[in-house]
Amino acid sequence: MFINRILYSIFVLWGLSVFIFVISRIVPGDPARMTLGARASEEVLQRFRIAMHYDKSIVVQYYHWFKDVLHGDFGISLITKHPVLEDISRVLPASLELTIFAFIFIIIIGITIGVISARYHNTWVDNLGRFAAYFGIVTPSFVFAIMGMLIFCYILEVLPAMGRLSPELIYPPKITGLITIDALIQGNFIVFFDAFKHLILPSISLGLLGMASDARITRASVYNNLGKDYIIAAQSYGIPDRVIMFRDLLKPSLIPVVSLLALQFGSILSQAFLVELIFNWPGFARYGMTAIIQKDLNAISGVVLILGIFRIGGNIIVDFLVGLLDPRIQLIKERSE
Amino acid sequence: MKGNILEIKNLSLHFEVFGGSLKVLDGVNFTVGHKEKVGLIGEAGSAKTTTMKAIMKILGMTTARISKGEILFQGRDILKMNKAEVQEVRRNKISMIFQDPTAALNPYFSIGSQIKNIIKYSVGMGKKLTKTEIKARGIEALRKVMLPDPERILNFYPIQLSGGMRQRVCIAMAFLSNLNLLIADEPGTSLDVTIKDQVLRLLEDLVDEKEISVILVSHALGMVKNITDRTYVMYAGSMVEVAKTAELFANPLHPYSKALIAVVPKLTGGGISQGIPGYIPGYLNPPSGCRFHPRCSYVMPICKVEKPTFFEVKENHQVACWLFKKGRN
Amino acid sequence: MKKIIFSQVLTSKKWENVQRDWYKFSRNRLSIIGLFVVFVILSLAIFAPLITVHPEAVSKYVNFSEANQPPSLSYPFGTDVYGRDIFTRTIYAFRISLLMSFVVLSISVSVGVTLGLVAGYFKGSWIDILVMRITDIFLSIPALILALSICAILPRNLTTTMIAISLVWWTWYCRMTYGIVSSVRGEFFIQAVELIGAGKLRILFKEILPNCLSEIITKMTLDVGAVILIGSSLSFVGLGAQPPTADLGSMIASGAKYLPDLWWISMFPSIALVMLVLGFNLLGDGIHEIFRVSEG
Repeated sequence: MFINRILYSIFVLWGLSVFIFVISRIVPGDPARMTLGARASEEVLQRFRIAMHYDKSIVVQYYHWFKDVLHGDFGISLITKHPVLEDISRVLPASLELTIFAFIFIIIIGITIGVISARYHNTWVDNLGRFAAYFGIVTPSFVFAIMGMLIFCYILEVLPAMGRLSPELIYPPKITGLITIDALIQGNFIVFFDAFKHLILPSISLGLLGMASDARITRASVYNNLGKDYIIAAQSYGIPDRVIMFRDLLKPSLIPVVSLLALQFGSILSQAFLVELIFNWPGFARYGMTAIIQKDLNAISGVVLILGIFRIGGNIIVDFLVGLLDPRIQLIKERSE
Repeated sequence: MKGNILEIKNLSLHFEVFGGSLKVLDGVNFTVGHKEKVGLIGEAGSAKTTTMKAIMKILGMTTARISKGEILFQGRDILKMNKAEVQEVRRNKISMIFQDPTAALNPYFSIGSQIKNIIKYSVGMGKKLTKTEIKARGIEALRKVMLPDPERILNFYPIQLSGGMRQRVCIAMAFLSNLNLLIADEPGTSLDVTIKDQVLRLLEDLVDEKEISVILVSHALGMVKNITDRTYVMYAGSMVEVAKTAELFANPLHPYSKALIAVVPKLTGGGISQGIPGYIPGYLNPPSGCRFHPRCSYVMPICKVEKPTFFEVKENHQVACWLFKKGRN
Repeated sequence: MKKIIFSQVLTSKKWENVQRDWYKFSRNRLSIIGLFVVFVILSLAIFAPLITVHPEAVSKYVNFSEANQPPSLSYPFGTDVYGRDIFTRTIYAFRISLLMSFVVLSISVSVGVTLGLVAGYFKGSWIDILVMRITDIFLSIPALILALSICAILPRNLTTTMIAISLVWWTWYCRMTYGIVSSVRGEFFIQAVELIGAGKLRILFKEILPNCLSEIITKMTLDVGAVILIGSSLSFVGLGAQPPTADLGSMIASGAKYLPDLWWISMFPSIALVMLVLGFNLLGDGIHEIFRVSEG
């Protein structure tokens, strides 16, 4: 059953690779000259072209390119002059850390607000929650980031503005690449705390939209399920409200949110570039965006493919999680087999 | 304890909605005696289920407001009880079997885990029951409702059971804890005829065995006639007639009851009745005075102005109709 | 979702229908606020030349003696580093945003809906497979990245950015329409019309399309805000309308490096942007109310 899904996803990924490849070959300009620079001689350029198969047909080019990609070789980045794969493995953890924290905020703040809103529906608590969620939706991440920086970094001076770590501190040895985790493993709480402070504003800016939309969806879902007969039945058996809330109500209500969450991970990772730009975060999204603007094709290919993988992986995770939450899906499948 | 186990006195309840309020319950009077089986009949929409839900205070997330009246259970007013006392009533005094067993079971949890929850928060309160004990009680409860292979069923999800089995599970759940009063809301409505018979017989046996009081809400008149001692007729939010069941069905007095009971085709011939023209009124702007007056063929001027209370016509036979005020008829 | 059968229902859009729709819309105060905000912004944008006192602010104007002024009576939003009146620039920036969403939505809706109609109607055929696979591939890339990639290939100006966003956006409408058409496809009235021998084009546009309209219109109104957001994100990084044209995103970006001292350069365009998106979102919710079949 999952095999189908995975096969299909592989197909989509393949289509994506074709798309990327086609785009990169449409771009005007001589890739040889772009890589080797303006002063390279014609002879060097020609040798380069042969080595990179630029003289062959486009199908052959694609074949070679694809083969390399399967080995993880996206070529050399025009900007950094390093292998793209190396670049990506350098910048990806930073973005992952940001995304994970944004995610944590989304789950904790977003879903909680949704649940509370639904519980106290139509009271001032609910209205406040919905109002806040509304602003989360209409305020773009970069606006929030800038305003946040203004208020918290410059006016109130409680949070640092730039980067992942204060300049006087040293990065902990790289195990996962996530400063917070690495610092914790080391037992270095000073670094952990400092890194955390640097993370707050960027991750909230990133997660703002996610928080708001998840809060809305959770509220709608919980509110919807509140009126269901089985909740009333549970009450009639004398089960305490608190238990009903967190057991009987939570499970079904989470289903729509979970579906969204896994997909949001991919989109957050990509939207991160604005936030990374503003906060001077050395991340994957900023790397990708620079690549796109500078037309660094190899890097672009790598970035887009990785994002595609996250997105598709997210889809599969969603299906899996929803299957866990809702037993009916699995059972209906079994029945029809 | 010999007094009435349940006495609803002049209960009025409304829902606050967009255009105003739905004045659903309008001075309901209802009593259930010790070990008595009371039926409650009326059309769909006459607010029978709402009344029952009000008793257990499980009106859920609706905007229900009780404007006046009392609900005396074993002598104490439920409406004045605090949260803990109400919980105690729900757990060990009153149980309810809902109309639609499929909706009443949480589709996301197995039967076993739902039963476990119920036991844990009713009889399990205060005592430390082990997992095996809880499981044993669950199996015993399922066995009592004649479900085959109870151990397997504990692991099933509601979707894996047939309608009849779900209804039995709901009955089992109702009897898991101690109870003095059982409210059965349209049991068997969503079942097909053969299963319905079995389930009802099962219910009767359980009730007799436990010697509890029962409220049987139904619009299936045949069922009510066979099982109950006394029956109320409800229309649009208040009781219009009450009598011993046999007497009521033999000799209905209220114009509505007459038409209602006549609707059931009799095997003794006499043809099929006309039905009752008109519809249940909307509760937003219900008719003044007696709520039945727009549909009543015996309507009198006073009916439009003032609502009739119960008038005793014979012993244990009361009618809320101006036709039967003392001195008339 | 109300099924619209034999589109005559649409053609009889009487005054009472309009009145009833207005009633549904106006029940929620927020929708009225949205309508008001949108109306104000639209008016400001249309009558921009008449309102603003410093029309030179949107051209290659430089006046360093007036530069970096905080908000005052003559410069309500202050001036930027080139001495240009920010208020004027903001109003003109509205024009750009509105233009962008109008163009983008026109293109993506017409293309997306048409493709969705066709793919959904001929479900199972090669058209269906082709269109939906392409849609899937497009949808697997986050919108922003895709738009960026396309912008990277093309020269950098407003037109190309609009094209890029349209290329990203059509897929949403295609998929949504496809879904609706798939479910309506099997309805009896479609089969009836087919039996009569109505032409495919007629069926598509006169029978099936009306059923999609309510969802399409609702989504369109909500999308105005979303397109503006993406547009401003892109112009924040330098794509889209090029200087000296005033654009909300680029204005915010240019002011970002001067925080916190010259706070007004970023602040006012930010507030303007939020107001714009907020207005359209509220309006969209209100329109959603009109089409929603209420549960009584």
